[in-house]
Amino acid sequence: MNIQVLLFAGLAETAGASKISLSFADEQVNVQAVRNELKNLLPNLEDLIEKSMVAVNQDYAANDFVISVGDEVALIPPVSGG
Amino acid sequence: MKNFFLTKEKIEIQPLIDLVTNRNAGAICTFIGTVREMTKGKKTLFLEYQSYVEMAEKKLQQIGEEIQAKHPDADVAIAHRIGRLEISDVAVAIAVSTPHRAASFEACRYAIERIKEIVPIWKQENWEDGQQWIGDQKEQVAYPSGKPELGGERE
Repeated sequence: MNIQVLLFAGLAETAGASKISLSFADEQVNVQAVRNELKNLLPNLEDLIEKSMVAVNQDYAANDFVISVGDEVALIPPVSGG
Repeated sequence: MKNFFLTKEKIEIQPLIDLVTNRNAGAICTFIGTVREMTKGKKTLFLEYQSYVEMAEKKLQQIGEEIQAKHPDADVAIAHRIGRLEISDVAVAIAVSTPHRAASFEACRYAIERIKEIVPIWKQENWEDGQQWIGDQKEQVAYPSGKPELGGERE
């Protein structure tokens, strides 16, 4: 399956893109697998990816949450609103 | 007008107060967060706020629901600005009404602290000598349990 991951703020700036496409052999993958693949593709962002949350369909998702085709996935670096 | 929203326009507090005004309210507490010029001796020229807008508005609404879970009579309105902000511009405004004053103070404080934990908005500091996206103002180096505490997460 293919997953597009939305990137924001410092993540997007360093990656040079506001989204990144990931390809997996499996039809279902969990959040941890997405994290691992992002770290492979963006090794210079490994620390920030580790500190970031993953959101699935606009809600925070734990590492064992299973992502399905069509889900909206985003990497949420530590927030600084307010 | 929605009770929980992001905007690129200047934020006015009175419309938020109007949203939470009701006949059972005996107190309305407001909080206004503004852009500060000096932080630890360093001079900010301006700020740039970016957001994951749809999720951010949902999370602001979630904060309102968390407040109402504790204070069922509370009404809550929150606006957060995005885009470029100058010194003293309003970045965030919160209004909470409750029957009695103690709950409105508590809920207003809760709302701003929660915004800094769970709402996907990011601030870029722009100084004379550079710029940086700021994370983690509450100095939680990572989310200790792998996700922000309390309410609303996926299982």
